[in-house]
Amino acid sequence: MLNKKIYLILIISLVFAISFWIGFNVNLLPAEASINAPIYDELFKILFIIGLIIFIGMTIAVIYSLFMFRKRNDQIGDGIALEGNLSLEIVWTIIPSIIVLLIGLYSYNIYDRMGGMKELNHNHEMMSSNTEKIWAGISQTSDNEIAINNLSIEVSAMQFAFLFNYPKGNFISGELHVPVDQKVSMRMESKDVIHAFWVPEFRIKQDIIPGQPTILNFTPTKVGKYPIICAELCGPYHGGMRASIIVEEESDYNEWFNKNKKPEVNL
Amino acid sequence: MTISIDPQKTNNESLQPKGWLRYFSFSLDHKVIGIQYLVCGFLFYLIGGTLASAIRIELASPMSDFMPRDVYNQVLTLHGTIMIFLWIVPVVNGAFGNYLIPFYVGARDMAFPRLNAVAFWLIPPSGLMLVASYFVEGAAQAGWTAYPPLSITTPQSGQIIWILSVLLLGGSSIFGGINFIATIIKLRRPGLKLMQLPMYCWAMLGTSLLVVLSTPVLAGTLILLSFDIIANTGFFNPVLGGNVVVYQHLFWFYSHPAVYIMVLPAFGLVSEILPVHARKPLFGYTTMVFSIMGIVVLGLVVWAHHMFTSGTPPWMRLFFTIATAFIAVPTGIKFFNWVATLWGGKISINSAMLFSCGFIINFVFGGITGVALAQVPFDIHVHDTYFVVAHFHYIVYGGTVFIIFSSIYHWFPKVIGKMLNEKLGILHFIITFIGFNLCFAPQHWLGLNGMPRRVAEYDPQFQFVNQISSLGALLMAISTIPFLINVFLSVRNGKNAGDNPWNALTPEWLTSSPPPVENWEGEAPLVEEPYGYGKEISEQK
Repeated sequence: MLNKKIYLILIISLVFAISFWIGFNVNLLPAEASINAPIYDELFKILFIIGLIIFIGMTIAVIYSLFMFRKRNDQIGDGIALEGNLSLEIVWTIIPSIIVLLIGLYSYNIYDRMGGMKELNHNHEMMSSNTEKIWAGISQTSDNEIAINNLSIEVSAMQFAFLFNYPKGNFISGELHVPVDQKVSMRMESKDVIHAFWVPEFRIKQDIIPGQPTILNFTPTKVGKYPIICAELCGPYHGGMRASIIVEEESDYNEWFNKNKKPEVNL
Repeated sequence: MTISIDPQKTNNESLQPKGWLRYFSFSLDHKVIGIQYLVCGFLFYLIGGTLASAIRIELASPMSDFMPRDVYNQVLTLHGTIMIFLWIVPVVNGAFGNYLIPFYVGARDMAFPRLNAVAFWLIPPSGLMLVASYFVEGAAQAGWTAYPPLSITTPQSGQIIWILSVLLLGGSSIFGGINFIATIIKLRRPGLKLMQLPMYCWAMLGTSLLVVLSTPVLAGTLILLSFDIIANTGFFNPVLGGNVVVYQHLFWFYSHPAVYIMVLPAFGLVSEILPVHARKPLFGYTTMVFSIMGIVVLGLVVWAHHMFTSGTPPWMRLFFTIATAFIAVPTGIKFFNWVATLWGGKISINSAMLFSCGFIINFVFGGITGVALAQVPFDIHVHDTYFVVAHFHYIVYGGTVFIIFSSIYHWFPKVIGKMLNEKLGILHFIITFIGFNLCFAPQHWLGLNGMPRRVAEYDPQFQFVNQISSLGALLMAISTIPFLINVFLSVRNGKNAGDNPWNALTPEWLTSSPPPVENWEGEAPLVEEPYGYGKEISEQK
């Protein structure tokens, strides 16, 4: 009996060890290029490890049962007439409940750190009243934080392209250029069907909906060129609906901005 | 319950064809209808599987080169619609429900036999209509979710036929649901208590409640959508002031419970199969019943987790995160109980048992990614990517379809009176299990790294992993061959099964195989302990 308990403890600790090792050493995610990304990856790692422990544990239990309790040729009759075990069933109701609750609280914390729970707001001089109905996206800015020098971009999506309007420079670009380490605030609207704005390296996604503007704020942290991918089926060329986001040093960005800038037309 | 003999009915029976021809008739026998559902569903599974193969061939290369882009969208729409509405829902509910429920409650047929036959005969025409829409002006191409405005702007005839077909199939499903509720509640044999019913009855009761509560919402939504398409109304059309997000709420109010409509019956079936082949009582009957009902209640309030990146306010995202994650608790209880059922048994390692154990492993994996997807911050990155595709195939294929095969191996001797070949069955399991995991496990990585779903072309860096996935799909296609050979050979010259080859205790095994027209020659037996394994022996001693 004691032997059995020792084996059980040994196997459980082995499962934990393997899961932790895989969780910390196997990277399944693309590069981290926004301040959201490391927060996301932290959540991913925790969920990955918990998931591995449960999956490996259950798989071992099933395979062990199939092997140990298989019917040998010389055996007749049934297994033990065990119809349940209340205390065991209570244990495996309460423990998963606690795990699920903790995961929920933790992911609330993660979501809050990503800015998901903040008041949605958007700083656009060109834009209208506060009464306009704006639907959620991730926001990393609160009322106070919104500074004038925040980069504001108007995104419009259509079959099968994204257009980025820089109101301050009075021009439209097919490529999204942003300076590194600065908050970017986007107001997005679709001209036809539903599209979605997804940058895997930033771990952000938001649908772009016709007739209903959505907001997405982010802060890139790494210079480079990343894909912008449409993630909502939008027609035959959905798979080809891609654009690029170019994160550059502020000086490079300013150079690009000034080159494209058009003089303001006073009406 | 005595069924009064209607003179007209007996007349009809003498006119009804005998032998295999009765499967093509408007038969009122629940067993015939069950087989009609199963075979019809399997034929559509072959069509849906062919479409899946076409998708995997297209995705073996990063360019859109195998078929035109709009045809690709039609293929993925038809694949999803056929697999859900014509294969999984009718088979786990209609086929096994019809065949088994009257036995389990001790009745001679379903409560409403004519409604039952109508429910089945709605399926072949609507399925054929759906497939035939391809030849009209192209099939629907807005995905099985048919989100407006895309579904309003794509070619109209295909979309309208799709809506009509899904409405008919939804109607069939509601008729079936009402019939199951009435049969389980009202047709129970005198003396049989609710808490003595086999677990599949509870699963079907829960499922049917979900069907009856949520399917009408889908029907209403699709009727409004069809008005938008043909009558230029503006319910969901933003150009006319409509709201596209409202459609998503209404659609998922049905379509998330639809996931439980697809998996709860499978939970019931596996609860019948495991105790028989492990020779042990089902572990924790009462907690199983409560967890089914818990899943039913929670399943109705989680739909918006499909909309975390859509237009949803933060409080809503949070509420649906917690509600969704909590479904893991009753589901987890069921899985622990099944493993506990195996523990200490005398397990026969046969095809039915292997498919059931494959189900446990696959579903646990799919359930874990499901809990992760329930978390808003996690979902935002992987929503609408191949991660989600992988997740739900682990649930509906690795889960439900594995159980459909397991059930076929388990109940084939009852239906035909002959055994299936075990060697071919185990070969079928091995190819299916390897092919399935090879096809869908790599897709998690694809989704995490930037491949969206429903695309015909993708970044070339994903080519190698996509080819592994396509290889897995090829194995899955091949795996149907030993299965079909097995069924055809066994129907003709299978080993004689006898009435009860598994020595099972549930009521369907207490009659002859195949069973007579009204199920029992004499009175229906009263089975108070459908899982009383291990008891007779201790009593004999």
